[in-house]
Amino acid sequence: MKAQRTHILVCTGTGCVSAGAFDIMETFQKEIEKHGLQEEIDVVPTGCNGFCENGPLVLFEPEGIFYQRLKVQDVPFLVEEHCLKGRPVPTLMYTPHRKKTPIPAMKDIEFFKYQKLVALRNRGRINPEKIEDYIAFDGYLGLAKSLTEMSPEQIIEQIRISGLRGRGGAGFPTARKWQVCKEQPNSPKYLICNADEGDPGAFMDRSVLEADPHAVIEGMAIGAKAIGAEKGFVYVRMEYPLAVERMKKAIKQAEDMGLLGDDILGSGFNFKLSVAIGAGAFVCGEESALIRSIEGQVGRPRQRPPFPAQKGLWGKPTNINNVETWVNVPQIIRKGGAWFASVGTEGSKGTKIFSLVGKINNTGLVEVPMGITVREIVFGIGEGILGGKKFKAVQTGGPSGGCLPESMLDLPIDYDSLASVGSMMGSGGLIVMDEDTCMVDVARYFTNFLAGESCGKCFTCRKGLERMLEILTNICNGKGKEGDVELLEELAIMVKDTSMCGLGQTAANPTLSTIRYFRDEYDAHIKEKRCPAGFCKELITYSILEDKCIGCGACKRVCPTDSISGEKKQTHVIDTKTCIKCGACVEACKFDAINVV
Amino acid sequence: MPKLTIDGLDVEVEKGTTLLEAIRFLGIEVPTLCHNDGLTPLGACRLCIVEIGKPPRSKIVTSCTYPAEDGLIVHSNTQRVINQRKLIIELMIATVPSSKTIQDLASKFGVTKCRFVPEHGECIHCGLCVRMCNEQMMAGAIGFAERGKDMVITTPFDKTSDVCRLCGACMYICPCCELRCQGPNAETTVCSGCLNLEAPCLDTYDEKMCFLDPCAACELTGPFRAEKKKKVQA
Repeated sequence: MKAQRTHILVCTGTGCVSAGAFDIMETFQKEIEKHGLQEEIDVVPTGCNGFCENGPLVLFEPEGIFYQRLKVQDVPFLVEEHCLKGRPVPTLMYTPHRKKTPIPAMKDIEFFKYQKLVALRNRGRINPEKIEDYIAFDGYLGLAKSLTEMSPEQIIEQIRISGLRGRGGAGFPTARKWQVCKEQPNSPKYLICNADEGDPGAFMDRSVLEADPHAVIEGMAIGAKAIGAEKGFVYVRMEYPLAVERMKKAIKQAEDMGLLGDDILGSGFNFKLSVAIGAGAFVCGEESALIRSIEGQVGRPRQRPPFPAQKGLWGKPTNINNVETWVNVPQIIRKGGAWFASVGTEGSKGTKIFSLVGKINNTGLVEVPMGITVREIVFGIGEGILGGKKFKAVQTGGPSGGCLPESMLDLPIDYDSLASVGSMMGSGGLIVMDEDTCMVDVARYFTNFLAGESCGKCFTCRKGLERMLEILTNICNGKGKEGDVELLEELAIMVKDTSMCGLGQTAANPTLSTIRYFRDEYDAHIKEKRCPAGFCKELITYSILEDKCIGCGACKRVCPTDSISGEKKQTHVIDTKTCIKCGACVEACKFDAINVV
Repeated sequence: MPKLTIDGLDVEVEKGTTLLEAIRFLGIEVPTLCHNDGLTPLGACRLCIVEIGKPPRSKIVTSCTYPAEDGLIVHSNTQRVINQRKLIIELMIATVPSSKTIQDLASKFGVTKCRFVPEHGECIHCGLCVRMCNEQMMAGAIGFAERGKDMVITTPFDKTSDVCRLCGACMYICPCCELRCQGPNAETTVCSGCLNLEAPCLDTYDEKMCFLDPCAACELTGPFRAEKKKKVQA
């Protein structure tokens, strides 16, 4: 490798790519060549940086100066100023919300300040398509150590000491899972990496695969040595083309280097890896459905026991772990289990990646130590609620998670405490909601998603969710009756108790948790026919406040149904008969004169 | 040979036995709908649920698909299980009110009202027909298509099947596509007629069993029917 004075790290995760990162990278290269700097400056495409909202992102190393929301036309100026004249460009830097001074260095930005990178340690730092980059940052050292110095028992012992629990959501101790699979007499054994991430608003697995595919390979190879497997699959959902491409490339490179395949590193150990692609079913994230999907059958879960560790892929012992679990393995082996266990809480060790989305100032991917409070994430990393509104709830764990109210803001986030309040860790989605979000509608939205994604085998999950959706829709449309909430609760408990797989067993969480913490909103919908958040269209009316309207006509111009009338400089009036409650006038009005009740 | 406790009774069963078989071996009744001794268990209807483990960490599983494991503690008829079963039957009634099998289940479990809007559907997706066609008739002409609320049982691509021999086994085993029992309360969602019907012949024959099925007398002159006539006339 040549030594260069500056590396321009261009984020090429899916978020930034869709915002034009490849064009930006090309322009950088052209500009640098134009100025004859190609010997001094290197442009590196990296995996997802995490701050996806502000993409395309570029980081100048070694100064650590961070530019965001770049456009192709900014690049020539940026290269000239920063690279030629050595003057960073403040206008392209990140400025915190409601502040004026831009922050030049990435490490000083609130979003990055509180994060602790373990699983994502290589994000935004290496070129994911180059195995050399991964190796340069201690890559494959863990595999070498486990193959040459450690016995399978020692590997599992280190994992046990680390306290690593499954990052896919259920939090089963990884060491115990491996141990069960290792003890099975049948062979061959299989390993699977579960990257079928279907939660709306979650993209942890995708970013890891895009940013650091070799870490997944290394983790799986170490797991294979511990369990005694010779074949592995990475099951990626079809909707992640870039992750599939990078994973395939990474496997090819590892094979070429002798880090996968026969006789790895001359140790006599064989391990082959291939990519299996999902076909778009959310339920295939459930392990037994995933196994059936790889076998070429319909992705539909089956009864456990027997567990996959006993009877999995093609009836053979199979160990399934989530992407994030596998990624943590190489570092545990390299640095020791105790190092990993030094972070986190009593029952949950290490760090966890969350995708922080919703009505929040900074959205993106964050990795934080276990035990951090919801408040620290929402108001520290996320820098508070969008537009200075009031915080209402945060939903953890994807569509099957629960909604936690403001009183739970100081709850430490780990597996056990989340489960105790009726939510779950899930794969790590965090959806923040503000005062304008209707909690009944939230329950309706997620129940709708799950009713559509239920495989349909269990009568209770299929019909139960459908009926729950019916009741929730009625409530949102103002047709709720007394007793609906009780029936809803009864149904939800039945779905939770009597469904077979994880999808059904957790599908009632959004409904149950919103009833538990936001019962008043349900009652307002049913008894008073009023939506407290002003969201449910059937239950709200728009009107213009006389004392605030100055008669500018902005609302009148945007109204798609011409429902607003009024002379200039006179108070305008909304005709509620023709108003379709689209909310365009609210957005257009600069004087908060539109009242929604 | 796994040893387990079912409703407080110790039982030893052969390896590979399901919980349902073990429970029925003891003579304890568990309602089923999608189960048939000649077909592989599917666990679709969820009626055969039982509670396993010790509360509060107990969980509910379907006995037809759960293997009888050593040391398992099973309770087949706890209040929790019965409540869930009732609600399942209520949901089934709302889905296919015209099925006699389901109406009978409702009668048996005392489900007397249905709080859902009846759908008047024709299928509860128990999968009996699919398994019958596959496993007993060796045809494999029908299967499940789509998922979730859109799931249907159909031939591949909804086209007339080449392998279907029109043997009718699917219809024979179906609990839904049968003629509705023309009981006393035929128009309502939950009939419960049989449950409330007191046969007029009981006076004559006391407690002897009546073998007429259906009993014409009951059908025509049962007290329920008479009451209803009165209502209509009024």
